[in-house]
Amino acid sequence: MPPSLEVRLWMYTNMVKSRRYEEAIKLAYLEGKRPLFNMAKGPIPGEMHLSSGQEPCAVGVCAHLRAEDAVTATHRPHHIAIAKGVDLNGMTAEIFGKRDGLSGGRGGHMHLFDPTVNFCCSGIVAQGMGPAVGAGLAAKLRARDGVAVSFIGEGAANQGAFHESLNLAAVWNVPVIFVIEDNAWGISVAKESSTAISRNSERAAAYGMAGWFVPDNDADEIYAVAGAAVERARSGHGPSLIEIQTSRLEGHFMGDAEGYRPKGEVQALWARDPIVSYRQRLVESGVDDARLGRIEREQQVAVDAAFAFARASNYPEPQSALQTVFA
Amino acid sequence: MSVTKRRLTIAKAMSEAIAAAMDKDPSVLVLGEDIGRLGGVFGTTQGLLDRFGADRVRDTPISETAFIGAAVGLAASGMRPIVELMFVDFFGVCMDAIYNLAAKQSYFSGGRVPCPMVLMTSVGGGYGDAGQHSQCLYATFAHLPGLKVVMPSNSHDAKGLMLSAIADPNPVVFMFHKALQGMGWLGTVPGSIVHVPVEDYTVPIGRAQVAKPGQDITLVGVGITVHYALEAANSLAAEGIDAEVLDLRTIAPLDRDAIAASVRKTRRLIVVDDDYTSFGLSAEVMASAVECSVDWLSTPSRLAYPDVPVPFSPALEHPLLPSASKICERVRSLLRRRAA
Repeated sequence: MPPSLEVRLWMYTNMVKSRRYEEAIKLAYLEGKRPLFNMAKGPIPGEMHLSSGQEPCAVGVCAHLRAEDAVTATHRPHHIAIAKGVDLNGMTAEIFGKRDGLSGGRGGHMHLFDPTVNFCCSGIVAQGMGPAVGAGLAAKLRARDGVAVSFIGEGAANQGAFHESLNLAAVWNVPVIFVIEDNAWGISVAKESSTAISRNSERAAAYGMAGWFVPDNDADEIYAVAGAAVERARSGHGPSLIEIQTSRLEGHFMGDAEGYRPKGEVQALWARDPIVSYRQRLVESGVDDARLGRIEREQQVAVDAAFAFARASNYPEPQSALQTVFA
Repeated sequence: MSVTKRRLTIAKAMSEAIAAAMDKDPSVLVLGEDIGRLGGVFGTTQGLLDRFGADRVRDTPISETAFIGAAVGLAASGMRPIVELMFVDFFGVCMDAIYNLAAKQSYFSGGRVPCPMVLMTSVGGGYGDAGQHSQCLYATFAHLPGLKVVMPSNSHDAKGLMLSAIADPNPVVFMFHKALQGMGWLGTVPGSIVHVPVEDYTVPIGRAQVAKPGQDITLVGVGITVHYALEAANSLAAEGIDAEVLDLRTIAPLDRDAIAASVRKTRRLIVVDDDYTSFGLSAEVMASAVECSVDWLSTPSRLAYPDVPVPFSPALEHPLLPSASKICERVRSLLRRRAA
């Protein structure tokens, strides 16, 4: 089913919010890291994996989810967290390592947990898949129609956890949707040099589950496919695998020189920026340009407010590092 | 008044505890390889499938990464999964779910997402299964913050520790020693089969217990090494040596107070450990002992499995394991050194 105008505006809003967020992260991340890049410096230290270009995957899938549906995300989690409704202030303060962060600065950008919307992520490739099967199983055992979604990159499809989790979900008929965001690169290794088949969605057949391939990084198409997968899961028809050909507009992490990318690839990807084309389509379908402009301004304000909140928050007491090891 | 004794194996005591918890709390479920119809290769889930059905007693494919990962997801969703890793030696195929996910869920969520799960797993050798099915690896797990690690030496403690582990809001690695388990096809140390009350009770996690009080020397063990120590203490008593045996029961968090209390009294210590010698449980117990101020009568000492993989041939393996006679020899030599 194609998305309603309301859904399309929700998706546009969240894609814009996510992109503005990554732009703000990029600026804050580079503070203190120029002219000499040192990952440990500045208000946001550590690795930083930006999701710019992958926003359609997050909104197209999360538009179908409720707060109680569980999502496990990857080391590149911001767009998904935003689309799932993770508290933006808490998330930003967490990324800044502040006291008011989601976990008081213990997790940082790769380990975001927001139980109010059942979102979590982990920095180890493919390892969110098993937990998603468990979350789906929990919903099933309680006879609720909740689902779980595990977002992974295309590199995760070559991990043992991928194959074990698909098989387990299928053999237990668990309401879980595995979403591959195929951005074509596992850090510097191109998908075609790491993956024996060109379409990972075909691997679904090996586990007797539905597999979909979405070629266009298009929020409406992703929405349609994810809708079918979520509906299958909610109605007791079990797991699905969705592969989306998306784009990584930035490096693997901030500071990545990207010498491995073919000349012109990044520029070509930016020329097909999925948010720009989505906006165009909305305008062509009759949405007032001014309305979209208002959405863009509002989201910039929301992002700015979250960053102001994070910067104003204090650093946690050193003593708090010793707390919450155990519940 | 006579009390009817219910002498159960550790396997039966574990199943009984799990059944009791499942009875009370619908969020408790069990998953693992061969835990359904078979009742667990080591008898940990006997009778559960018939009683609770296949939804809550789930045989899994041989996919430890996926099903231990699933247990973490179940725990994050408010369920209380008990998951079996058939042999601790298999942790190599699924450790991320254990130490990066389960152990860090509370911490990385600032305490907002607890991980109430039990990972039960068999340990120990001595029956000719060689080095991929005979390891203990106590310290491998106890080293990692966010995990609790327990191991009973008898069926009474097995039931009480299991009920504590299931009730705990944190991941608890419940180790059980194959030589104590009470399987018909695997020799069992008789001392592990003791009276188990019918009613529910808990053995607190983090508390050691004096298995035999004594004045002259402290022998610290856990699981099977408690039985070696008790046997040694019994022999030594005939020579007029009064050994105290401390059963750790919990490996992490270690009951350092109990260790300190015992060595302050005896001022002599031997740690007995069937895990590898270096960087392990024996070193941690000794560190705890020397960190408290004791006027030692003899240097603290350890008797542990040497730093080699477990060989197959009994002719090779058995001489490497700790034993009651080795403990006796070590005790005598420590006491002689003092006298000399």
